[in-house]
Amino acid sequence: MKTPIQFFLNGEEVAAFVESGANLLDTLRETVGDLSVKGGCWQGTCGTCTVLIDGVPRVSCVTLAETCAGKSIETTAGLRRGPDLHPLQTAFMEHFAAQCGYCTPGMLMAAKALLDRNPNPTRADVIDAICGNICRCTGYEPIIEAVLDAAHGDARHRA
Amino acid sequence: MLEFRKDIFADERDDNLLEVGQPTARQDILGHVTGTSPYYDDHRFGNLLHLKILRSPHAHARIRSIDDSAAARAPGVKRIIRAADVPVNLNTLLSLIQFGKDDEPSLASDVVRYVGEPILGIVATSERAAIEAMSLVRISYDQLPAVFDVEEALKSGAPSVNPTYPKNTFEYYGKYDHQKLRYGDVDAAFKQADIVLEDRYQMSPIEHAPTETNGSITVPDTNGRFIVYTSTQALFFSLDTSAKINAMQSNQLHFIGGTVGGGFGGKVDTLTEPLSILAARLTGAPVRYRFGRHEEMQFGSPRGAERIYVKDGIMKDGRIVARQVRCYFDSGAYTRLSSYAVVKCTAHIPGPYTIPNVHADVFCVFTNRTPATAMRGFGVTAVDFAMECHVDKGAVAVGMDPLEFRMLNMYRDGDMKAHRRQAKNCALIECAQVTAEKANWPLRDEFRRMSSRQGGSLERGGVVDRTRAPNQAPASKPVPTDISGGRTRAPNIAPPPVVPQRIAYERPMPPAPEPARAAPVQQPAPRPAPTPRPAAPAAPAPAASTHGAARFSSVFGTRRR
Amino acid sequence: MTINVKTFPRLAEAASALSSERAAHFFGGGTLIMRAVNEADPGVQTIVRSTDPVLGHIGTSSGRIELGAGVTMAAILAERELSFLHPVARAVGGPAVREAATVGGNLFARSPYGDFAAALLALDATVSLAGGFTQREQPLEEFLGHRERGKSVIAMVAFKRPPPDSFRFAKVTRVHPKGISVLSISAQVPSASGRIAGARIAYGAMAPTPVRAKAAERALEGRALDAAGIAQALAVAADGTAPTDDAIASAWWRREILPVYLRRLLLGTAAA
Repeated sequence: MKTPIQFFLNGEEVAAFVESGANLLDTLRETVGDLSVKGGCWQGTCGTCTVLIDGVPRVSCVTLAETCAGKSIETTAGLRRGPDLHPLQTAFMEHFAAQCGYCTPGMLMAAKALLDRNPNPTRADVIDAICGNICRCTGYEPIIEAVLDAAHGDARHRA
Repeated sequence: MLEFRKDIFADERDDNLLEVGQPTARQDILGHVTGTSPYYDDHRFGNLLHLKILRSPHAHARIRSIDDSAAARAPGVKRIIRAADVPVNLNTLLSLIQFGKDDEPSLASDVVRYVGEPILGIVATSERAAIEAMSLVRISYDQLPAVFDVEEALKSGAPSVNPTYPKNTFEYYGKYDHQKLRYGDVDAAFKQADIVLEDRYQMSPIEHAPTETNGSITVPDTNGRFIVYTSTQALFFSLDTSAKINAMQSNQLHFIGGTVGGGFGGKVDTLTEPLSILAARLTGAPVRYRFGRHEEMQFGSPRGAERIYVKDGIMKDGRIVARQVRCYFDSGAYTRLSSYAVVKCTAHIPGPYTIPNVHADVFCVFTNRTPATAMRGFGVTAVDFAMECHVDKGAVAVGMDPLEFRMLNMYRDGDMKAHRRQAKNCALIECAQVTAEKANWPLRDEFRRMSSRQGGSLERGGVVDRTRAPNQAPASKPVPTDISGGRTRAPNIAPPPVVPQRIAYERPMPPAPEPARAAPVQQPAPRPAPTPRPAAPAAPAPAASTHGAARFSSVFGTRRR
Repeated sequence: MTINVKTFPRLAEAASALSSERAAHFFGGGTLIMRAVNEADPGVQTIVRSTDPVLGHIGTSSGRIELGAGVTMAAILAERELSFLHPVARAVGGPAVREAATVGGNLFARSPYGDFAAALLALDATVSLAGGFTQREQPLEEFLGHRERGKSVIAMVAFKRPPPDSFRFAKVTRVHPKGISVLSISAQVPSASGRIAGARIAYGAMAPTPVRAKAAERALEGRALDAAGIAQALAVAADGTAPTDDAIASAWWRREILPVYLRRLLLGTAAA
């Protein structure tokens, strides 16, 4: 059975029919075609599929798609404005904060949720913000540095 | 912060580094931060079908009957794939380089040998439909005795896991059930040693747990070709393996990979491509075979568990004079890459130390566990863990600083290694010295003055040539085989000194063990050590080796065509 | 078969729908239900939801605190009046999970999940069920005894506000802070004139449901909160527990470390 759903994706209105019980991750990738969201566990435990829903981070693989009706969803595909990268994207590149890159979209959204709410995070704030996102490659440190850099410019290692 | 210690070995090096040490952006990092790097699943097809695998719930069982008729009729199911559908249903990964016998089916037909072994494939219009159909399959099993422990598996009477290797060990060179390394006489040396330390080390299997699970999508192309988008780390390996299993020409397959969402060795086994290709051939539609997270953790191949026994004979002054290692690799139910891991392990023993008496037996053992595979230095890291833990214990036993204890025993240029190769271009002592400096680890002056270029000799670690008295120049002792034909000999290796004297201390020669070369008591010509011919002192001068290809094939023995 | 999703504006209607369908489950935040849906678990065929505002209710007037079953961990973290519960809410998942995980969902979470439920147990919470015609209020401990049977829908939990600085919480995990619990300890240790009176201790991941450590509670009664005073409680810390082996830790390990962490929690020597 298909259910209609309407929401905003990176500022654009989207309408689709989804299978009853479909999760938001599959809806975004398979139905809407936003492949920037990645799936890692389909259990809500790895954070790879993190998106923002009305500014708040959510794991899309365990989010029932139809609960997102009318909401504003942000994914990595919407981070850059035309040719201009978001400061987080630039910072991740400069700090080697990605190797295989698979956790990166989720990390970026978790970090954006933090910076949108708290433009002055401490290192502990950053660690809490990404604590729900697993990275198997970098050891997390370059990611933490990148987020702090995006927030503070050149500041690193702030307690 | 990257620091170059260009003062060390300055005379040996051309100081022309153009890339090393310069920050360079990854060529794919822009794709990563914009979410546009293409992983295998980042393609959409309107009529994509989904392949899910029904797996064995038993570690060892005979399949008595399979009734998949209800599943075949279930809503959304397009095809059931059975063992009989697989064109070549027995393979081993390294058959591509003629190493090992085919031993693993893509789909089990009569016996299942580990929990999770694939039995049936179900191709359906959604993953949900495939999973629901799976619950309609009726399989009856006769459970068989199973073995899960490497040493239990080698006892007589143990259940036989893998019919290709009925005694539960991989077969090397057609007749040996393990890899051997023999050098000197450990039994005599243990009797002489002041301290004998023995211990057992155990590693668990380790799951790579990449954030992207294993998967592939096969899409029918024109002219009987298929495009395969895959997560593999080993694109051409997977292509050839898939071609063999599907009895296809390799030019019928177009593999597209490149961005791997975390591999670490866990995406080299070609786990999904052969069956996604077969499914696409049987249905004419694009098919995705994607591991779920539970599948990845439980049935994706792990780094193999290893059990390692290390026995060291140590003198009071800190010299390790004997090392005996017995190592068991848990390959799980099938070979995959463990056969090669065992060769690497054997080649790595006894670690970066000059030890005059070395004895190693390394087994590739089959058990009813998940087949193991590569992971980050497989074959080497675990045995390193065991040997280095053991060296720490040795240091405590002789009351020496653990770093100094190691430095005393480290290879130096000119030392004879247990594999009968002369050590050259050694730098470990210098690494240790710089490490100590950086860590503020105190080293005595004598150790700060040590050099890899001093104190080494053929006899420092080697078996003594009993045909001459001490202090006499060697009569006709050839330089041991240098596989590169001498062209790349390190510039600073001095010819072996006439009188083998250590700078740091005097030591008596160990009493004469039977020289292993004079009357070979070891294996005939095929041997585990990576030399192309026996290095007996009485033998004629070794033939110059040919080129790099010979080196590769020498790891596995003669290259068979 | 496809999943049915049924959404009701009133909680009571949702409760009726739940009891009338075989493989129906109530949807709190979805963190557990959606996993089952993603894995095509045959035990989940119908999802029942409610948009009833009672689910999001937070009441913090004077002595009694009320939390609707749909209140998320993030909502608790945003509520200053509930600061004593913040360490518990913060220990549930990462930021994204906290935006979805609910009080009610935590009450049904199987061990080793369910740390928030253990905290509620230490707070002597009652549970209001929406089922049939009325909202029945029962002690949480009684509810946990029968949560597997029948189809309950929780409307709300309530408990008396603990005296300031008397509620403590520790989660033992290998991966900080979001890892699954090896175990968790929630404790209320009110004291009068330097003597403990009416202590409540509850454990997570030490039994199939959160459990009270009643032997330890009795052993603390009337004692001083110092090393000598708690010694007897530590000796009987594991009484009444039934930990199991799982992928996180063995039962043996859980029993071994329990008194260590209980001591640290009671004496205030736990790492922040």
